[in-house]
Amino acid sequence: MGSIAEFFQHLMNGMTLGGIYALIALGYTMVYGILKFINFAHGDILMIGSYLGLFTFNLIRGQTLGPWTLVAFFIAMIAGMIFSAGLGMIIERVAYKPLRKATRLAPLLSAIGVSFILSNMAAWMWGTRSRKLEYPFDNTPLHIGGVSITPHQILILIVVVVMMISLKLFVDRSRVGKAMRATSLDQDTAKLMGIEADKIISITFAIGSALAATAGFLIALEIKVYPSMGTMTGLKAFVAAVVGGIGNISGAMLGGILLGLLETFGVALLGIPYGLRDTIAFVALILILLLKPEGLLGKVEKEKV
Amino acid sequence: MILLETTKLTRAYGGVIAVSEVDFQVREGLITGLIGPNGAGKTTLFNNMTGLDTPTGGKVHYKGVDITNKSANKICRMGIARTFQNIRLFKELSVLENVMVGLHFTTGKSPTAGRFGAVLRSYLRVREEYEEMHEKAMKWLDFFNLVPLAHELAKNLPYGHQRELEIARAMATSPQILFLDEPAAGMNPMETDSLMRTIRRIRDLGITVVLIEHDMKLVMNICDTITVLNYGQNIAQGTPAEIRNNPKVIEAYLGKEEA
Amino acid sequence: MVNFILLILIYTGIYALMAIGQNLITGYVGLLSLTQAGFFAIGSYATAILSTTFGWSFWATIPAAIILSGLFGLLIGLPTLRLKGDYLAIATLGFGEIVRNILNNWDSLTNGPMGIQRIPMVTLFSMRVNPYTKWGFIVMVWVIVLIAYLLFERLAKSRIGRALEAIREDEIASSSMGINTTSYKVWAFVLGAAVAGVAGSLQAVFILSVTPGAFTFMVSIMVLCMVVLGGMGNFKAVILGAFLIQFISYFPQLVGLSNVIPPQFKQVLFGFILVVMMIWRPQGILGREQRSAPRRFLSRRGRS
Repeated sequence: MGSIAEFFQHLMNGMTLGGIYALIALGYTMVYGILKFINFAHGDILMIGSYLGLFTFNLIRGQTLGPWTLVAFFIAMIAGMIFSAGLGMIIERVAYKPLRKATRLAPLLSAIGVSFILSNMAAWMWGTRSRKLEYPFDNTPLHIGGVSITPHQILILIVVVVMMISLKLFVDRSRVGKAMRATSLDQDTAKLMGIEADKIISITFAIGSALAATAGFLIALEIKVYPSMGTMTGLKAFVAAVVGGIGNISGAMLGGILLGLLETFGVALLGIPYGLRDTIAFVALILILLLKPEGLLGKVEKEKV
Repeated sequence: MILLETTKLTRAYGGVIAVSEVDFQVREGLITGLIGPNGAGKTTLFNNMTGLDTPTGGKVHYKGVDITNKSANKICRMGIARTFQNIRLFKELSVLENVMVGLHFTTGKSPTAGRFGAVLRSYLRVREEYEEMHEKAMKWLDFFNLVPLAHELAKNLPYGHQRELEIARAMATSPQILFLDEPAAGMNPMETDSLMRTIRRIRDLGITVVLIEHDMKLVMNICDTITVLNYGQNIAQGTPAEIRNNPKVIEAYLGKEEA
Repeated sequence: MVNFILLILIYTGIYALMAIGQNLITGYVGLLSLTQAGFFAIGSYATAILSTTFGWSFWATIPAAIILSGLFGLLIGLPTLRLKGDYLAIATLGFGEIVRNILNNWDSLTNGPMGIQRIPMVTLFSMRVNPYTKWGFIVMVWVIVLIAYLLFERLAKSRIGRALEAIREDEIASSSMGINTTSYKVWAFVLGAAVAGVAGSLQAVFILSVTPGAFTFMVSIMVLCMVVLGGMGNFKAVILGAFLIQFISYFPQLVGLSNVIPPQFKQVLFGFILVVMMIWRPQGILGREQRSAPRRFLSRRGRS
């Protein structure tokens, strides 16, 4: 390994990547916590949100690069979040809610179907070629003590931290947050206590989708927007959620950061070829499932006999 | 003769101690009752004796063999069968097929090559095995008066029959000990009487029965010995008469008398 | 037009093999596994590499494909089958992608993204089974499908099949009745993998080349659709499902509209099939086999 500077460089890169994974992982984990169900289509919802955010951005941003561009960027990001939230809620109502009482397999298959529909409709409507999301600012890297940080990375870190803190506060302190926690522990009892479980579930989907859309939009600056962007990233974020402990919000955050660091350090230190980078996530998945299947922060859930 | 016994069996979940240093014996040929208020740890004790849960302390011995950490399927093969508090039937399978699953591991023994040979033999003798299992299963259905329902899906059975089917399925495994977890739950007095007779008939076949029950009439009538749990501890054991008058038991159920 | 119908029949056969395997895993044991693409790839590459580099005859590569796929089925199954359905699905999907990734990158063995070309045609009794003329190939594929169908159907009707269904219905109860559930789940998985490997071998000698791009998880999804559409737990039904899905796949070309209808159309349709079938008719078009079928066994002796 090289110097301390290199270590911090990788740390920086890993944390920003990890932040992205964490935001997406939160959506998976929140939905799982409340419905014990993995929303396969989560990644694709964020993809649609990114596209719509991109269109909004291109619509309103004007020609020159100035302070308005940055504002337009944030407006577009929020638009993407709103679109995703809406899409997430609609999908839940149409494709998952009818299957709540069905066999375990049914909602999973439905989710796979939704994922397929979304990614292919996007390819159909918008073509398979990736589209560039222009940087709303000058992205020349800053150099601090041998470590180069781009404004993009700073933006990601700021947004991720703000989102995570907001979510934690929301879930821990607000009434709705409390209702969410209650519903995820015991839906029937929550209903008996007067909590409208359906509404809470919709809100959960909305929040999860919005967070993921944020992540998608942020990372689109670098990886561009394309129809299958949600699938692989979503899959890896899911791995992050499982590693941290699915159903556990802190777990999703931890898992995301960890995965980001693993990928970055894995490629840098172990010389894992870039093409196999995705494999790191799956190896991590297999390992955690073998060693601690409930995740790092998860609790063992014993089925009541 | 003591067939099964636990020594200082403990099951703790973090800070919550569901079963605390319980010594429990099952004597051959007797019908043993396990009672106690809700949450006393009865089902947890069952689960720890039948391999569905692993104790955090203490041991379980069956016919002298330590089965504390054995898996459920191995314990069943050794001769312990059970039913479940919430009825766990194979819903989409027929009544007959449910019982046939109980016959699974006693069928198709291979004279050669252990398990692989057995599977191969089963593959070659599908028809013969089916007829063999069909006959045996029908005998059990007959014992429980379920023959007319043989081809009904288990999920379509009325409640009382579902419980009987679960017992039939457990009996098909040719057990030496039969654990029944609240077999009379949700039954009306007529059905409970029928259950009582059924349990006696099972005992007459030479099978040792252990049951968890809340229906005191059933328990007092049928059990030869009763053990009482409260807050995870064994607080009393003895004949029905002794238990009925035991002050600790009365206190457990009714609370302390106001001074 | 006729050409396309023959093509559909061949692909139906190849995919029917995978659907049969999937039916055992998902229809009988109730496990949502999305691995078939991975084992399909392994079987394909096994045949490709053994026949081009080592000059093996096709028929010799089939056992190799079976053993190799089965082995990987064991390796993947053992750790993942302990998990609940949701995790299993992702884990198995991931495995398929790992396989494709490795095939793409292991240049020395697999020739990377370009794949292996010029695979020799199958020879049977010193006749060449020419995939271009198709008829011989159709017969060969469907004979293999028939064999697989008979083998799996027999397994399903046996005591083992019943145990698998019991595991699907209630794993804890099955375990308490003496069934080693992990062992049985892994075995079903291995068998499903093996038959997908055979399908892969057939694919290799049909297209006469293999590339990693042909083994995306799209394959696994298609196979799943076939089982869902046809009817879970019913081997005849999944073969029907295979036909329907392949028919939908090639429909634009069949009616000469392939310029108008984009390739994503069929994939969107598959997605809709999954969602709609789950909500409206989860048991599939043909549904499960009737429970009264066992009476067939007793027809000689009469009912006891």
